[in-house]
Amino acid sequence: MADAVLRTKKLNKSFGALQASRDVSLDLRPGEIHALIGPNGAGKSTLIKQIAGNIAPDSGKVELLGRDVTALDTVARARMGLGRTFQISALAMEYTVLQNAVLGALGGQGRPYRLFRNVMKDPALLEPARDALERVGLSDDAGRRTADLSHGQRRQLEVAVALTLQPKLFLMDEPMAGLGSAGSKALTGFLDDLRQEAPILLVEHDMDAVFALADRISVLVYGQIIATGTAADIRANAEVRRAYLGEEDAA
Amino acid sequence: MLTREYMLNWAMIAALLFVPLAAWTLDEPFIITLATKAAILALAGVGLNIALGQGGLISLGHAAFFGIGGYAMGILAAHAQNYEPLFGWPFLFEGSNQMPLIWLVAVAASASAALVIGALSLRTSGVYFIMITLAFGQMLYYFAISWSAYGGEDGLSIWVRNEFPGLNTLDPIQFFAIAYVILCLALFFAARLARSPFGLALAAARQNEDRVEAVGLTPFTLRLTAFVISGAITGLAGALFADLNRFVSPTMLSWHTSGEIMIFVILGGVGRLYGPVAGAALYILLEHLLGGISDYWQIFLGLLLLLIVLFARGGLIGALAGREKAHG
Repeated sequence: MADAVLRTKKLNKSFGALQASRDVSLDLRPGEIHALIGPNGAGKSTLIKQIAGNIAPDSGKVELLGRDVTALDTVARARMGLGRTFQISALAMEYTVLQNAVLGALGGQGRPYRLFRNVMKDPALLEPARDALERVGLSDDAGRRTADLSHGQRRQLEVAVALTLQPKLFLMDEPMAGLGSAGSKALTGFLDDLRQEAPILLVEHDMDAVFALADRISVLVYGQIIATGTAADIRANAEVRRAYLGEEDAA
Repeated sequence: MLTREYMLNWAMIAALLFVPLAAWTLDEPFIITLATKAAILALAGVGLNIALGQGGLISLGHAAFFGIGGYAMGILAAHAQNYEPLFGWPFLFEGSNQMPLIWLVAVAASASAALVIGALSLRTSGVYFIMITLAFGQMLYYFAISWSAYGGEDGLSIWVRNEFPGLNTLDPIQFFAIAYVILCLALFFAARLARSPFGLALAAARQNEDRVEAVGLTPFTLRLTAFVISGAITGLAGALFADLNRFVSPTMLSWHTSGEIMIFVILGGVGRLYGPVAGAALYILLEHLLGGISDYWQIFLGLLLLLIVLFARGGLIGALAGREKAHG
């Protein structure tokens, strides 16, 4: 088995009496989509934040590309190749679509302290930016103000900005949220191919997408991973059905 | 593309040149001095606008940099005119009355102060940032008051304006030319900065910090860099302002001064490149016109500020040139 790109080891995190993460160990392997599902309040966001570096675990470790990054901040982890999309779009709203993509390319390049060059005329930044917009289907909207985009287009732009970083892995927090069925289907197809480029840890509520895409699924309930396995394993798992999928068959 | 804002900017910078030129031919030195004051105060605003407009850093302590620039001029020139060495080691230095050297010292001193103040203040944000920058400014203000070696509360006077190679700085129009050229250079620099990779990242950090971190850039160092550049430009303005008046006093460091510099920026339009030029020119104009009617002319200024904040958030430039477009 190839080495995991991302690995968490027995992460624990409590907020007062609430234990949001309980011995969470999971890994993300090259070429796979690993979906993380769980009911609201299961601790998915807390886990994502520990992986991205926004909050520190009480105990346990996060390893990126075989290196212990538990003590590193979000910026350092992004530089190591963690490409993140947010649950609520985090974009520079006054900027054009292209400027947001160029910002990503600038971050990927890692040399922002140039005070004189015209950033929007720098081919080394524009090419990856345009390329990423093209791939998510936003080329025609490159000149529009980000604040004027539809909700779905903002989600696409989030993915495009992550692409400009040429990351080693993607951490996607509900990329399908609010997309509608057509948009969600298009993004599903896109992510399906993307896993060849870099593996994806996908937090998602859209069960159709999860079962269509995921090589492996982990189910988080009350801060604890109660099952990890293929889509078939998870569907068949009695505990998962009881805790999360409820009475109805979600597939 | 020739936008309205672009043409308005050129009209303003041209007017700032032609008014004193006309005054010069008509032999009205007072008007030239007013225009010089407007250019220098605009320069201070251009400095603040890099932190405030581009970086979103609401600094109420920029008087610190303005005053440090002023005292850099005052101290160097006072030693030079009194032939008292400023220090004897590692080499004998008797101060200086040469503007280029004074500017260099003013920029270095205010940039260093901005580095220290920024490094401490930028750990906070929002209202705490405003309060900490205000506190640093007031600390320096009271320090200057208690510093009797350099005039304390009374300030420090210079008998003759400092020198610039090849120019007669006592001639109002020549001193204006110096201030005007420096203002134009600063505007050019600020425009390049706004369009640079650094400017893109800085303004993005103002709009969405999470996004900037997620692409692997550090908002803190971006902001600190902007704060240092901002403080340095305002410090240079302080040195020129002190030279204009041939006088520097703790007033330059007081929080009123910070407020005034901020008013130039807000009057003209926050984040508008030429906003401080419009704001400072309007301020000087009002001070001159209304000041003749009443000592309490700032009542009208307050009213105007109120109207602008309520109805024209883009300031004077926003009202005349319309909403800012996203730069493509």
